[in-house]
Amino acid sequence: MDLRLSEREEAFRAEARAWLAAHVPKKPLPSSGSRDGFAAHVAWEKELFAAGWSVVAWPKAYGGREASIVEWLLFEEEYYLAGAPNRVTQNGIFLLAPALFEFGTDEQKERLLRPMAAADVLWAQGWSEPNAGSDLAAVASTATRTDGGWLLRGQKTWSTRAAFCHALHGLFRTDPSAPRHKGLTYFLVPLDAPGVRVSGFRRLDGDEDFAEVFFDDVFVPDRDVLGAVHQGWKVAMATTGSERGLTLRSPGRFLATADRLIDLYRRNRQAADPRLRDAVIQAWMDAQAYQLFTLQAVSRLAEGKALGAESSINKIAWSEMDLRLHETALEVLGPLAELTGDAPDAVDGGTWIKGFQFALAGPIYAGTNEIQRNVIAERLLGLPKE
Amino acid sequence: MRFDFTSEQLEFRDAVRELFARECPPARVRAAWDRPADAPLTVWPHLAKMGVVGMTAPERWGGLGLGPLDLVLVLEESGRAALPEPLLETTAVGIPLLDEVAADGFKDRWLGAAAAGRAVVTVGLGGAFVVDAARAHLLLLARGDELHAVEREQVRLVAEPSVDGSRKLARVDWHPSAATLLSSGPRTKAAVAAAFDRGAVAAAAQLVGVARQLIDATVAYVKVRTQFGRPIGSFQAVKHRLADALVAVELARPCVYRGAYALAHGEPDREVHASTAKAYASQAALTAARAALQCHGAIGYSYEYDLHLWMKRAWALAAAWGDAAWHRARIATAVLDGDDAAPGKPGDPHG
Repeated sequence: MDLRLSEREEAFRAEARAWLAAHVPKKPLPSSGSRDGFAAHVAWEKELFAAGWSVVAWPKAYGGREASIVEWLLFEEEYYLAGAPNRVTQNGIFLLAPALFEFGTDEQKERLLRPMAAADVLWAQGWSEPNAGSDLAAVASTATRTDGGWLLRGQKTWSTRAAFCHALHGLFRTDPSAPRHKGLTYFLVPLDAPGVRVSGFRRLDGDEDFAEVFFDDVFVPDRDVLGAVHQGWKVAMATTGSERGLTLRSPGRFLATADRLIDLYRRNRQAADPRLRDAVIQAWMDAQAYQLFTLQAVSRLAEGKALGAESSINKIAWSEMDLRLHETALEVLGPLAELTGDAPDAVDGGTWIKGFQFALAGPIYAGTNEIQRNVIAERLLGLPKE
Repeated sequence: MRFDFTSEQLEFRDAVRELFARECPPARVRAAWDRPADAPLTVWPHLAKMGVVGMTAPERWGGLGLGPLDLVLVLEESGRAALPEPLLETTAVGIPLLDEVAADGFKDRWLGAAAAGRAVVTVGLGGAFVVDAARAHLLLLARGDELHAVEREQVRLVAEPSVDGSRKLARVDWHPSAATLLSSGPRTKAAVAAAFDRGAVAAAAQLVGVARQLIDATVAYVKVRTQFGRPIGSFQAVKHRLADALVAVELARPCVYRGAYALAHGEPDREVHASTAKAYASQAALTAARAALQCHGAIGYSYEYDLHLWMKRAWALAAAWGDAAWHRARIATAVLDGDDAAPGKPGDPHG
């Protein structure tokens, strides 16, 4: 066991820190949930990409710098400590890309990865449907064979940022006669294709981030099938490993939130009731524990060991911790907790009440925590299916 | 950066696990409850022969010269087996403390004997009660910035029965004297503080082992116990409770390893890491114990069923060496207070 960073890792961290200090916008960008805010975030992504910081762990050919997984973690820590904007490319670079690297053809990788990293093509995820949420395998949207490709019909929903994105990746049923998990195929669909209709709607926090996407005989050529036909479930499960686990929610963002909570508490010493003090420390410890859990996983990955259902532990850990961090901050704020960023007396620009509402989504998206508990019980503990 | 154990460390752990499976089955843990506090240790000779008791002693005195990172996995296994013998007191705390503060002559007399399993060394570092004092040959007792080494014959013991009947606790009445004084001063005080953190991390490691065993035993039970015509382990109410316990334990585990790493390297923020380990492991073990009992139902509530041997160990160790609240308060002092006066500087971990 050796927790020291190598010279290369230290140098990498220093370089990332220096670049971020010089380039992260001093004034926070407007929320990415509005059209203007989204455009500002895309501009930031392009700046990141131009400097080679968009996808640090990717091959150089696709715009990365071939950083190790430890270096990637360091970059994430520095990114969030610097207060850099949230990543509107994330449903592409963190979710679709791992599946592309594993299942994509060379032609797909050449064509799709670089524009994804450069924020020239923004990707949304198309999994959930009105009647397929936790029960993802109930997906009812269909794709039927046609000359040179497929015709997609149906509806996706809760698709984050789809109203502002260019393309969607998701599951469609290609063999209705097969068992539920075996008749699905993974498709990559431009959102400007004829027959696609995208309808945005507001989330709990007021951001216009959600969209329904309707498909009315949308033609998708064969080259935009990811993985084998009828093997979509396998592709999707490769994505969930990333979504629940490491890549979507690295410890860096929670360590940064924990630091901000400590800072908030210290600025509000009148709130020094011992129970609250205890809650602040518990939330801070949770972020440290999550970082250590991740380091352990990363050490195993680096030695070529695979992560499996452990990603469900990871997902429960970060989502519940993020909620506790924000709930505790709201308690520290007391009567100021309800003030939004528009209020003249808002503390920290209203980020805590905003972040609290975002954190509430954590136990729901990427597979509800109830589903994760089933996965843990059945796959890690070996309990029988219901 | 590598946060994992070496293959040698893992192999040694596996060997110790096998030894416990052979020499420390539940029947032996249960038997320890009924034996008097001064009865000879029974697993100890096997542990000594394998080198486990003397792991932390320098080779010069017959030990293996190993450190907290080598020991932490062994302690975890001792928790999993609910070992009713003073591995924590002697090997994790007593021997390293003796090695740090005692003069060579004293070490000649005691370290070799302790490492070989002939002399049991136990410790009282500010806490009111001492484990296995009745069968210890030497007690290391801290008072202020002094550390005293007192032989069993020089103290009077008042038994303080624990909820875990295999933990033989006693209040120790003794008189410090020039003859018992081992060392004093700031260095001694620092050594005792480090020894306390060794104890806290060791207890945390044992708690992780106890918790994991509670979960595994419960999983085995709910797979075979049927109600409503199917195994109760197929019900989500049962699954989710056990999944939550597993999440708690698997998050506590790396905190415990991090604590051991901080001890091994004498890091400046050793206290924070030790406290995180103990706070997390205490909570995880209590969560696991509660889930284990609830998922077993009435059978788990019966004295003749083995579950309570681990459950009571979890309760006892969660309270010993600073409970979770005490350790969180200590972290708060380090992390929150900076230059300001500490509103809640924690006192004696044992109240």
